[in-house]
Amino acid sequence: MGRVDGKVALITGGAMGMGESHSLLLAREGAKVVVTDIDNEAGEATAQQIRDEGGDALFIHHDVASEEQWQSVIDQAVEAYGKVDILINNAGIVILKPNEETTVEDWDITMAVNSTGVFLGCKTVVPAMEKAGGGSIVNISSIYGIIGAPNAAAYQASKGAVRMLTKSCAVDYAQFNIRVNSIHPGVIRTPILGDMVNDEAAIKQALATTILERMAEPIEVSYAVLLLASDESSYMTGSELVVDGGYTTV
Amino acid sequence: MGRLEGKIAVITGGADGMGASHCRLFSQQGARLLVTDRREEPGQKIVDEIVAGGGEAIFVGQDVANEDDWKKVAAATMEHYGKADILINNAAIASFKSARDATLDEWNLIMDVCAKSIFLGCKIMLPAMQAAGGGSIVNISSISGIAGMPTQAAYQAGKGAVRLLSKSIAVDYAKYNIRCNSVHPGAVRTRGTSRVMQDPGFLDAMLTSTILGRVAEPIELSYPVLFLASDESSFVNGAEVIVDGGYTTK
Repeated sequence: MGRVDGKVALITGGAMGMGESHSLLLAREGAKVVVTDIDNEAGEATAQQIRDEGGDALFIHHDVASEEQWQSVIDQAVEAYGKVDILINNAGIVILKPNEETTVEDWDITMAVNSTGVFLGCKTVVPAMEKAGGGSIVNISSIYGIIGAPNAAAYQASKGAVRMLTKSCAVDYAQFNIRVNSIHPGVIRTPILGDMVNDEAAIKQALATTILERMAEPIEVSYAVLLLASDESSYMTGSELVVDGGYTTV
Repeated sequence: MGRLEGKIAVITGGADGMGASHCRLFSQQGARLLVTDRREEPGQKIVDEIVAGGGEAIFVGQDVANEDDWKKVAAATMEHYGKADILINNAAIASFKSARDATLDEWNLIMDVCAKSIFLGCKIMLPAMQAAGGGSIVNISSISGIAGMPTQAAYQAGKGAVRLLSKSIAVDYAKYNIRCNSVHPGAVRTRGTSRVMQDPGFLDAMLTSTILGRVAEPIELSYPVLFLASDESSFVNGAEVIVDGGYTTK
């Protein structure tokens, strides 16, 4: 008996890293999964792996900054599975620059993907969740949406926006029986870190304030996503779940 | 396969309410329990119920504010199980008075049972948790440890102490491979809260600020506690998990 049996979950940025891990775990716990991403090949591979494991999954190409594409994704999800119970707004990008070097283009693209993408998801998904009688939205913010860090001006602003947008939606969507919470991962071993994973000095700096003194594997965030996505968190809404090995504790 | 298979869990205040709910869920998930409470008869009843259902549990009478009682619990844990993987510091008492009206005796009692008890538990149970090679401590604070409330001066201070003591333990016990997190329930239907819930003014005030507009059942707290107790939260340390139906969001 899976913990999200019978539910339909839509995961943005599901091709790689944490999104891939969330997709696989939710599928293993019984959900039908709609994987979306701009990377068709890797996204299709995630969906295929779920099907190979005996699950039910569908990949849809998706630029989360596009309102049109959001509408199309939701329509296709409802056509395939009849409803959406769970939305994991996971897709994000990182541009690491100090504020004075951040261009307006850097700012715009970061806000478009990380913040507007979440806004559009929360906006577009409501009718599909009403078909499910309610649901759970999990927005992936970051510890960078909570505390200051060097060279991440646009990224911090975008993740701070997600943090408060989540609370706004929690207030407004209770009437639809939709819960909305945010997750704040710390340093996780994913492709978004790029070459940093091999840069010992950079890793050491990033982990300097992480109590557990290590990076997390994506699955360690996926279980937190599963808690919030499932009915096990039925009394949680508007909450921030920090999964950072203690980074923000010190 | 249970999510706490092979684990030993010590749960204080397990006789009823949230503590009893944690005991039942933990046992269902494969943990073997040491249940403590000041009230021996209902505490023993929970243990009997778990054993009758095929689980394993023992009861130890305990005043959590008493250091010698904690030593007794630690000794019983080692004698029966040889280790403790999980410590749920759940026992507490509440009092509803402003600082002006609370006596020093009332203050001392609340601080002892809500805060000193957890200091003692984290201190005295350490060797048993080291015998397990590490583990997880979950301290039950409250939304009263986060947001201002009317006429709860001592209780708020006690729960605020728990909130930051948890972070201190998270920092200091990482070297023992022990994680420590706090849970912050909102309005929950328990024996302890039943009297105050009958006060329509109190309940109305609580629910007006609670986005979900209802009181939680104890099981809705037990699942987040289970998450923190289990290895599924392996990268969560020093975190505050708020389970309040959105009370502190608004």
